[in-house]
Order: sequence, then C-alpha cells, then structure tokens
Amino acid sequence: MGARTNELGLTRNDYKGRPSTLCAGCGHNSISNQIIAVAYEMGLNQHDVIKLSGIGCSSKSPAYFLGRSHGFNALHGRMPSIATGATTANRDLIAVGVSGDGDTGSIGLGQFKHMIRRNVPIVYIVENNGVYALTKGQFSATADIGQKLKYAGINEMPPIDICMEALIDNASFVARSFAGDPTQVRELLKAAISHKGTAVLDIISPCVTFNNHETSSKSYPYGKSHQESLQDITYIPMYDPIIIDVMEPGQVQAVEMHDGSHVVLKKLDPTKHDPTNRLAAMQLLEEARAKEQFITGLIYVDETQKTLPELSHMVKTPLAHLPNETLRPPREALAKVMDRLVCCD
Amino acid sequence: MSDVQSSPAESLMAEPEPIINDFQIMIATVNGSGSQTANTALLRAIFRMGIPISGKNIFPSNIQGLPTWFTIRVSKDGYIARMEDVHIMVAMNRDTFEEDVQKVTSGGICLYRSEWKVREDREDITYYALPVKDLIDELDVPGNLKSYVENMIYVGALATIIEIDLDDIGFALDFHFGGRAKPINMNMAAVRAGYEWAQDNLAKRDPFKVARMDKTDGMLLLDGNSAGALGAVFGGVSFIAWYPITPSTGMIDAVRAYLADMRTDPNTGDATYAIVQAEDELAAIGMVIGAGWAGARAMTSTSGPGMSLMSEFAGLAYFAEIPSVIWNVQRMGPSTGLPTRTSQGDVLAAYFLGHGDTKHPVLFPNDLSEAFEFGWKAFDLAEQLQTLVFVLSDLDLGMNLWMSKPFAYPDVPMDRGKLVTAEDIEREGKFWRYEDKDGDGIAARTLPGTDHPLAAYFVRGTGHDERAIYSERSEDWLANMARLNRKFDTGRGLVPQPVVDQVAGAAIGIIAYGTSDGCVIEGRDRLQAEHRLATSYLRLRALPLNDVTRKFIANHDRIYVVENNSDGQMAMILRMEYPELAGRIVSLAFADGMPLSPRWMVNALLEQE
Ligand SMILES: Cc1ncc(C[n+]2csc(CCOP(=O)(O)OP(=O)(O)O)c2C)c(N)n1
Ligand code: SF4
Ligand SMILES: [Mg+2]
Repeated sequence: MGARTNELGLTRNDYKGRPSTLCAGCGHNSISNQIIAVAYEMGLNQHDVIKLSGIGCSSKSPAYFLGRSHGFNALHGRMPSIATGATTANRDLIAVGVSGDGDTGSIGLGQFKHMIRRNVPIVYIVENNGVYALTKGQFSATADIGQKLKYAGINEMPPIDICMEALIDNASFVARSFAGDPTQVRELLKAAISHKGTAVLDIISPCVTFNNHETSSKSYPYGKSHQESLQDITYIPMYDPIIIDVMEPGQVQAVEMHDGSHVVLKKLDPTKHDPTNRLAAMQLLEEARAKEQFITGLIYVDETQKTLPELSHMVKTPLAHLPNETLRPPREALAKVMDRLVCCD
Repeated sequence: MSDVQSSPAESLMAEPEPIINDFQIMIATVNGSGSQTANTALLRAIFRMGIPISGKNIFPSNIQGLPTWFTIRVSKDGYIARMEDVHIMVAMNRDTFEEDVQKVTSGGICLYRSEWKVREDREDITYYALPVKDLIDELDVPGNLKSYVENMIYVGALATIIEIDLDDIGFALDFHFGGRAKPINMNMAAVRAGYEWAQDNLAKRDPFKVARMDKTDGMLLLDGNSAGALGAVFGGVSFIAWYPITPSTGMIDAVRAYLADMRTDPNTGDATYAIVQAEDELAAIGMVIGAGWAGARAMTSTSGPGMSLMSEFAGLAYFAEIPSVIWNVQRMGPSTGLPTRTSQGDVLAAYFLGHGDTKHPVLFPNDLSEAFEFGWKAFDLAEQLQTLVFVLSDLDLGMNLWMSKPFAYPDVPMDRGKLVTAEDIEREGKFWRYEDKDGDGIAARTLPGTDHPLAAYFVRGTGHDERAIYSERSEDWLANMARLNRKFDTGRGLVPQPVVDQVAGAAIGIIAYGTSDGCVIEGRDRLQAEHRLATSYLRLRALPLNDVTRKFIANHDRIYVVENNSDGQMAMILRMEYPELAGRIVSLAFADGMPLSPRWMVNALLEQE
C-alpha cells in the first residue's frame, strides 16, 4: 500500500475538503482539485491557511478543499474586507480566496479594487464563468457581447475585464488561466501563493448548466435532443469537465465549451512578454480583446510593492497573538492621561 | 414680539438681586471663525473656578461661513442638561443678530459689536456694545489672525461683566495651547484688551456673576468620543477600521493618538495595533469581523447612515458568532438629515440590525465615565458572547465637553471568552464549533492558525449543524436558533445592569438611557420641588433587558420612557418585551436636533398626569 506523502507526511487526500456539491463537470471543481494538488505538492501547513470566499457557486468551493484550514464563506462581494481584517489581525496566515465573476465584477467591484490598492496579502481567485450561476443564469459583468443565456437573452453590454481592472488599480500580481488547463492553473497557483501581496488569478471556469443555450447551433448534441428537459431548470445534465492539451508558449488554441461555443486561448510566451512591465501588460490585454482572445499566463507581477501589514508598521507578532499585558496598558498609563486632564492641582 | 419679553420692563429698574453661578451663556458666531478656542477657554476658566459647567456646540453641517452657537451652562447645583433660557447672549454674528436678540430671556444681557450700529430695541434686556474692531486694531496681531484672535475680546469683556478671574482664563489658554508661549500671549493680550475696556467703559446693569466654588476639584473636562476611545484602548483594541462620518470621526482621531502613545513597542517602535481607513462602512465592518474572527479585539465607529450600511454584516456576525464592536455616535436622520445634530434615533435599528431574526447587545453610556467603561467592557462582552456588540453614544455626549471624575482602571482582567487551543483538542479528541457544552448557549471557538488537524471550522451564513457543517435540515436550523436565543438570555445577565432609584410611595416611574439622563435628573428634582410629584427612576445601561426592569415597571402605575427620538423606540422595545405591562408604558419622546431639556420633560409628563 503506502500512499504517497509530502514533506509533512500527509497524503493528497489529507488536503481534500468535504465532497463537492457543485454540478459534475463544473469548472470550479477542477480549480478546487488544483488547489488541493498544489497545497499537497508545496507541503503547505493547512493550519497556516485561511480559505475565504464571497457568495456564489464558486464561493461555495472552499468547503471542498483544505479541510483542515479555517474557512470563511462571507457575504456576496465582501470577501476582500474579511481578508483585510483577518490578514491584518494575523499576518502569519496565508489567505486563499475564491470568488466569482458576479461576486467580484459587480457587487464586489469596489472591495476588489480597494483590496488591490492596499495590496492585502491574499491569493484572490475569480472563477469566471460569465454568468451568475447560483441564482440560475443571469448575465454577469464579464459576459461577452453577443453571449446568449436561456432566460436572460443576448448580452449587448461590453464586458469588464477582471485582469485589466486589477492592473489599473496597481495590482502586484495579475494572471489569467483556464480551468481546463490544470498544468497552468497549478503553475500560476504556486506563483500566486509565493507572492506576498494580492495575487489576482482570473480563471475561466465554464458553467455547464447555465452557459448552455439551446439556440446555439453548436450546442451539445445531447443538449439539443433534450431541449424539452432543459427548460426545466432543476434538470442538470451530466458533463465531463473540459480538459485541454498542454499548450506551448505562444500557442493559440480554440477550446470548445459545453454549449458548443469556443473560447480562444493564447498562452503567453515569456520570452516575448515582460511581466514586470505594466504598460505592456495592459497593451497585451487590449490587443487580445480586439482579437477576441483570452491571454493566459502571468500577465503582470511586481514583488517590490509593500503589502498592507508592511504599510501598517505593525509588530512582527500577529496582533491576534499579543498577550493581554501588551493589549491593555498598565494602570500608570491611565493615571498619566488623567493627570494631564484633571483641572485643578 | 417674542414671548420671552413678557415680564414688565419696570422690574428692571429696581436694583437687581445678584444671580450667582446659575445661568446660561450663548455665543453666536460664524463657523470657521475660530471661536472654538475662545469658547472653550471661557468654559474651562469657569470650570477652574470650581463651578460646575457644561458646554454645547450647536453647529451647521458646513466648514465655513454658516452660523454656529455655543452654550455654556453655569450651574451651582451641578445640572448639566440643556437649558432653553439664554441669560447672556454674546452676539458676534451680524447675520443672526436680530434672531439672537430674541433668544435672550427677559432680564438678560446682549453683548454685541458696536461697529454694527444696530438699534437696541428690547427694553427688558441689558445691551453692552463692544468695540471689537477698534480694540483688535490697536493690538499687534498679524492680519491673517485678526478674526481668530478677535474672539478673545468678548472673552475679556465677559470676564469683567461676570467677574471671571483673568488668571483662570490664562490657565485655560495655557492648557489649550499646550504651554506654547506665543499663541498664549497673543490671545491673552486680546483678552486683556476686552477686559480693560469693559472695566473702564461699562457700567454693570445686570445681575449675573460667577463666584468661586469647590465643586470641580479633581475633575476633568473631556468629550465623550475621547472618553470612549480611551476606554477602547484599555479594552485592548488592536484593530480598527472606519469611514469618516460626523460625529464619530473624533473618536478615531482620539484613539489614534492614544494608541500611538500607549501601544507602540518600545524596542522596535512598531505598532501593536492597526487602523485602516476603509472605502466605506460596509468594508469597515467587514474588516472588523475578519479581524474579530482571526482573534483581534476589533471595532469600528460610525453614525446612523454608516450603521445602516453595516446591516448585512451585522446579521452575519450574529449568526456566525464573531466578536466585534460597533460604536454608533448617533445623529439625526439620513446623510442629508441633520448630520450635526444629536439624537437617540438608532436604538431599534441597532438592536435588530441585520437580515431579520437577529438581535444584538447594545450599551448606552450616559456620561464620560461610562463611555470609558463601556469602551473596554464592550470587548469583554463581544468575546464572552461571541457576537456583535453595539455601544450607542450620541453627538451630544461624543462631541461636547463634559465634567467627570477621573476614570477608573478596569476592575476585572480582560475576558477573552471561550477559546479552545490545540492542547484542549488533543485532550478531548474532538472539536465541534457550535456545541453548547455548558448549556449557556455559548460554544467555544478556535482561532485560525490553531495547529491541530481538528481545529478548523468553516464560518458561513448558511445553515449549519453543531460541527459547523452545511445543513439545510430544519432540525439543525431550529436547534441553532434555540441556542442563539439561549446565548442571548445569558447576555441578559452579563450586560451592564440598570441603575435604579426606587422612591417609596411613588406611583410614577421614569425610564431613560444614555444622555437623556441629565434631563431626567433635573426634571425629577423640579417635579418634586415645584409640583410635589415623586418619581422613581430606572436608567437603562444596556439591552437586552432583564428582570430588574420588568420588576421596576410592575412596581409603578405609570412608566414614562424619556428619549431623544421621534418614535419612542425604547418604549416600543419595553412594550414588546413585556406585553403584559404594555398598558403602563407611556412614551415621552422628542427629537428636534437638540438634547432633551428638563422643561420639556416636566411639561410633557404633567400633560399626561
Ligand atoms: C446581497 C446579496 N445579493 C444577492 C445575492 C444572491 N446571489 C447569490 S450568488 C449570486 C451571483 C453569483 O455569481 P458569481 O459570483 O458569478 O458566482 P457563480 O455562481 O457564477 O460561481 C447572487 C446574485 C446574495 N447572496 N446576496
Ligand atoms: S450551476 Fe454552473 S457554476 Fe454552479 S455548480 Fe453548476 S456548473 Fe458550476
Ligand atoms: Mg459566475
């Protein structure tokens, strides 16, 4: 027997969470699996990690990985504020956050941007499916122009680009990937965990249930022949997750989604893109947008930027661990303040 | 013209009986003109003469140019409530002069600037015209500081008129400027100019004066925001997130200064705390809850509009059981309400803030000592009960200067609540986050970072069982809510208890809380002295209520609930908690932007009797 173990003597299974309740084939599950793999491979101490999320299918997923880490499923769009408080109160914690495109791109856009501005130490993953899945299929702010949804119709509004938003706010780490590219997701996750500030990881993560529109001429044959059943929102067909072949740097690949539509990925060529050049990063995103491609890989990184705990000039000991004697000033300190205030000597 | 002129002018002809240490001064100025220094110097000088005082700043929501009034009540009996009567008007704002003159109580004084050349058309008051401009021009004051230092002229003139000792004004300026000679001397020169001019040119024709007492020995003067901030520091606060809003901002300014002074590591110079100015109140409370969850003593300070933004997180803190503290320094209405006026209007909202089926302990400090005490106690309660705790102060307490005895150092050690360590789990062999082992509804928690494979749990707003595992089972939901109620009941005994003055034979009981206390103390004395009406009094110091309050209500025929809001919010809570006694509860609620006055209370109560 003898299951393989990592440097802490733990098996990969020890890094799992509770069984996922997401749809089979959901991109979010693939990402959870990569988080488990990376934590195992890196030999992370789970008690050093906190898992945070907002609200959505994506935000449920922290329950499904790192079962020995404390977790906080916060409010819709408000995970950044929880992260800010928790990592300031205990600067030793490694925060891994999972959000969705609705959670980050709409209700939480303000907190997202201010978290980045403060460079809060967190791996901030956006599981981006272009849809509000948990509320059953409304458009999110990252939906593409022309995207069709069963109930919402056709989206005519231009999308918000999570990576561009992050760059504009001076993000210190911006990367994009695709849930179906486990190798790249793992690579980027490792880089993000090693980054000391906010690491924004926008991962395209197909929703097999609500991004599946019957009007698409390229939709799954299964879906087409079961159109009747698909009107019933509670009927969820089973899909296999999409996994793509390993891509070479610079390679362009069109990936067929569950609904038959295509996402065109372009893997960054590190010899052609300097990820420390912010302007170049923006240009790259803008050019890709014009060509309707998603750039994947590490888009921008700046390891020199100070994090919030650093900017707060705090003691090295986590605030949460300070002894009561440090927290409550002594009797003499109060007497001193009182003496200064008391009127008549 | 106005009803305050009703007394016959002839009565003034007789030599007036002196009125000593029992009157109110109102100073009418323009905001942004720097009158605050002059006004607090006056206040502090009288205070230093041993005479009880209270000061109120009535200011507009504006930075410069709108009218503002400052009142100083001088009360030999130590009454601190708001008084409607104005005995001495210092009219320094031409725009409001006509209006200000009408405010003066018959027999009072109006001190104004002679260069205005206005008509002195009230015969029942004494006018003193003060040549402010000429006097300041004679002094060696830089042009840009003239309008600021000018205010000291009326301080000096008043010193002559009501006999304030110049030494005491000197002391007050010394205190204000932290001993810096240059501003002290410049301001003192203007005080002297006003003083000497009045000595030489004014014939005193009014009865008001101050005379030295010994009633303020060993006492201090401070604003409630600073007292609360100091309390938080002695409560071991280590994380603060906030968003600027009047009247709570002063609390953050104060806590920042105190923390820098008392919580800087002497070896490294590093802070043993963090203060984050958030992007809004929603983020501020989110940060506080994140920090509370991670094990820091965390708080925010806000006012009504900010508190309403915190609503969703308040519900989560209740349900997910995260220690956290919100100070709400209450003001009037929405953002465009009366943001610089006081009220007790957030009681119901705070008590039930959230998504529904939520309730929170709420503390109501009445004075500086309690603001300090609740400042530290709120953290103990939040961690003992693992929940969100409110402290409801208000603009009147928060931003005005009050007298107080020095604050008492916390009489109990910090209580960090039920915390489970890795060793505890090792011994027990298990950890269930929401298990009620002790039957008090309070389940022990672990902190993130606890090094044990069984230590972790998942905080969520969704239904959960005792092990913090997702559950949509009705039984789990019901069991959890029942435990939360049990915990709330435990809280009834832990929060600060009411202060009761039960008067034998009194059929009437009064219930009040927070700053309405000053109004009730004086109102009761007047009811007794002027109307032979004995009343008992219960001052609530916190929600939730307990049996002490129920018994008090049951022991009286009628209960008047005196509060500074429009809807009678505490009266509603009392009727809701004690439906069987609801018939006895009469609401005396009033909110016009000003603190309650005893005169209003006496009249409102007698109307019901
Ligand atoms: C304050 C608030 N408003 C609305 C909702 C309802 N809601 C739950 S999830 C969700 C959208 C989630 O979308 P996304 O973040 O993209 O996650 P996904 O389900 O697509 O993974 C909404 C609107 C909520 N929980 N809270
Ligand atoms: S609805 Fe979509 S996003 Fe939600 S679990 Fe199913 S596949 Fe995933
Ligand atoms: Mg989504």
